[in-house]
Amino acid sequence: MPLVTDTGFAPDDTPALVSLGTLPDAPEGAALDMPLDADPAAVAPHFDRLSLVVVPFPSFADGRGFSLARRLRALGYRGRLRAAGHLITDQFPFARFCGFDELSISDALAERQPEALWLAALSRAVPPFLQRRGKGWAA
Amino acid sequence: MYRYDEFDHDYVRARVSEFRDQTQRRIDGALTEDEYKPLRLMNGLYLQLHAYMLRVAIPYGTLSSRQMRTLATIAERWDEGYGHFTTRQNIQYNWTKLTDVGDILDALADVEMHAIQTSGNCIRNVTADHFAGAAADEIEDPRPTAELIRQWSTAHPEFAFLPRKFKVAVTGSPNDRAVTKAHDIGLRMVRGEGGAPGYEVIVGGGLGRTPMIGKVMRDFLPKDHLLPYLEAILRVYNLHGRRDNKYKARIKILVHETGIDDMRAQVEAEFERQMREEGGPVVAPDPEQVARIEAYFAPPALADLPERSETLETAMAEDAALARWVETNVAAHRAPGHAIVTVAVKGTGEAPGDATTAQMRALADLGERYSHDELRISHEQNVILPHVRKDDLPGVFAALRKAGLATANAGLITDIIACPGLDYCALATARSIPVAQDLSRRFAAPDRAKAIGEFTIKISGCINACGHHHVGHVGILGLEKSGIENYQITLGGDHTETMAIGERAGPGISAEEVGPAIERLVDAYLDVREDEGERFIDTYRRLGAEPFKAALYAAA
Ligand code: HEM
Ligand code: SF4
Repeated sequence: MPLVTDTGFAPDDTPALVSLGTLPDAPEGAALDMPLDADPAAVAPHFDRLSLVVVPFPSFADGRGFSLARRLRALGYRGRLRAAGHLITDQFPFARFCGFDELSISDALAERQPEALWLAALSRAVPPFLQRRGKGWAA
Repeated sequence: MYRYDEFDHDYVRARVSEFRDQTQRRIDGALTEDEYKPLRLMNGLYLQLHAYMLRVAIPYGTLSSRQMRTLATIAERWDEGYGHFTTRQNIQYNWTKLTDVGDILDALADVEMHAIQTSGNCIRNVTADHFAGAAADEIEDPRPTAELIRQWSTAHPEFAFLPRKFKVAVTGSPNDRAVTKAHDIGLRMVRGEGGAPGYEVIVGGGLGRTPMIGKVMRDFLPKDHLLPYLEAILRVYNLHGRRDNKYKARIKILVHETGIDDMRAQVEAEFERQMREEGGPVVAPDPEQVARIEAYFAPPALADLPERSETLETAMAEDAALARWVETNVAAHRAPGHAIVTVAVKGTGEAPGDATTAQMRALADLGERYSHDELRISHEQNVILPHVRKDDLPGVFAALRKAGLATANAGLITDIIACPGLDYCALATARSIPVAQDLSRRFAAPDRAKAIGEFTIKISGCINACGHHHVGHVGILGLEKSGIENYQITLGGDHTETMAIGERAGPGISAEEVGPAIERLVDAYLDVREDEGERFIDTYRRLGAEPFKAALYAAA
């Protein structure tokens, strides 16, 4: 289960994840398994104690995670944000734009879509709307 | 007209090579077929019954003569000599070879065109009033708004994998020619306090298997709040739209199930949050870019002319065919002495919206010579010459006659909308083009068509409603019953600002019966209408469906 980062594949270092329900009792530096159907506003009071938030991608065609990430960032979450599950290389820059720092993908996917493809995806053309504002993929 | 800057140019080129790369990755096996499909669709490439179909965007329906010539060349070089103008102001090529797609996209990029987001679960090509910038009844030209939305929505990283497709339409006039209430988002230009223009925001309209009329989410949205507000709507939809059932995945279902008030509260909260964001909303429009866009849509320099053209009046007095054509196919322009011409791309017995290479070239020439180098595609599948001098109308008419494009039927019963249906489409349950062709022959006599007056017939080849049948005065829906085509008739639909969804008249009828049944219906209407000024839809509203049902189902 490699991580995909701006500099390539990295070993998975995921700590044990806590659920939204147990979040109030979780220790400093906890990592949250963020459900797709939850309101990120409920997590906002705990932002400072979180070291990582993991947003699931059950399928690459399910784009909820992109909006969830943007809402988390808009609400002020500044810690690490990870998309985990099924994404394709073409979506890597989109995920970066929406506020994700890294992806976690399966070994099988990593084999089918090797590191070089993920790195190449980051040089996909940036849409003109963003370019005119001087923005790149990493918002 | 909008002109690409270096960012647009580079981006459209980059997308061509990106698509070549995606296709190569599919061939190499890095992408599965499931993963490749949405990427292919977001570049406009469909798989149809017999071949690939490429759908090219004509943003808000506006194009130059040079662009029209490229569309003609594509039809000639890479298709079978024609293209199909659609209800969404696109053009479709039905016989595209996969190996030619890159070259076609390159040819399009040469003239600042593309096929981006003409399909897929993303924000689609934005449509607008086809009389934009010319209409006498306009508050403001809707195209700068539509262009801004095109720029904002192109490859929007957050909204490329929505629950379902998303369609936006904009109109600048109180008379809605853009069917805004049947779109995921419809924007109607209105004036607020002090006369400043803004938008009425309509959400959750749509046709398809569950037709719904859009509901007002905001009475008045100041212009500079547009993008953050759209972003708020899209974010709520992306998070909460249904993904368990693709037939319930459009925003209309979310609005319906959540209720417009609840939905509004969520959107407004999301909007407020953006407005409070540090440094303002991420998508606050850049005033310089907005000004640049607006400058491109500045009206062309039109001559100062008297409203009445003696040249035209004299010619009309001598030529009854010209007079009839002017009466039906010419609309009021905001500038005196000018007119808007609707060119019918649906002559008697022809497939609505199909244009040959020669016809496209003829239209390009006319646009250049008579209409300040501008053409439009209407959702009625016609071509518009937006800025023509009245003095030039006889010349335009003569040229259209030569090209076989002079049918005088705009807004009349033979101005039929029809989807591709079973002749092309993989989802079709019945043919629609032959039905349109048959009806156009039956009502070809100009005097009869004129006597019938404003009358819309819209035909879809399956429940997806690409042919807008729900909002036709008469809608025809092609279904299939035990292997035989069967057509369901709906009555009383309306696609304008007084939008209504047509009601089913009764059991479906066979293909051969459609023509005679519609003729009986029309005869019944002519019989019972109060006077010549009462349109079919008015009579229908006055009397209800009964007399028309009786006529439809009367044994011949
Ligand atoms: C290969 C051919 C086509 C396919 C596979 C196709 C597919 C579909 C589907 C599945 C829907 C239903 C969407 C829903 O209810 O969520 C739909 C709706 C629609 N399509 Fe098409 N279509 C095709 C061609 C066309 C053409 C040629 C036009 C324009 C003439 C068109 C314009 C529309 C419109 C206006 C709607 C209804 C509005 C709405 O989205 O609710 N489509 N199409
Ligand atoms: S209405 Fe049905 S048959 Fe017609 S184009 Fe749409 S999907 Fe195809």
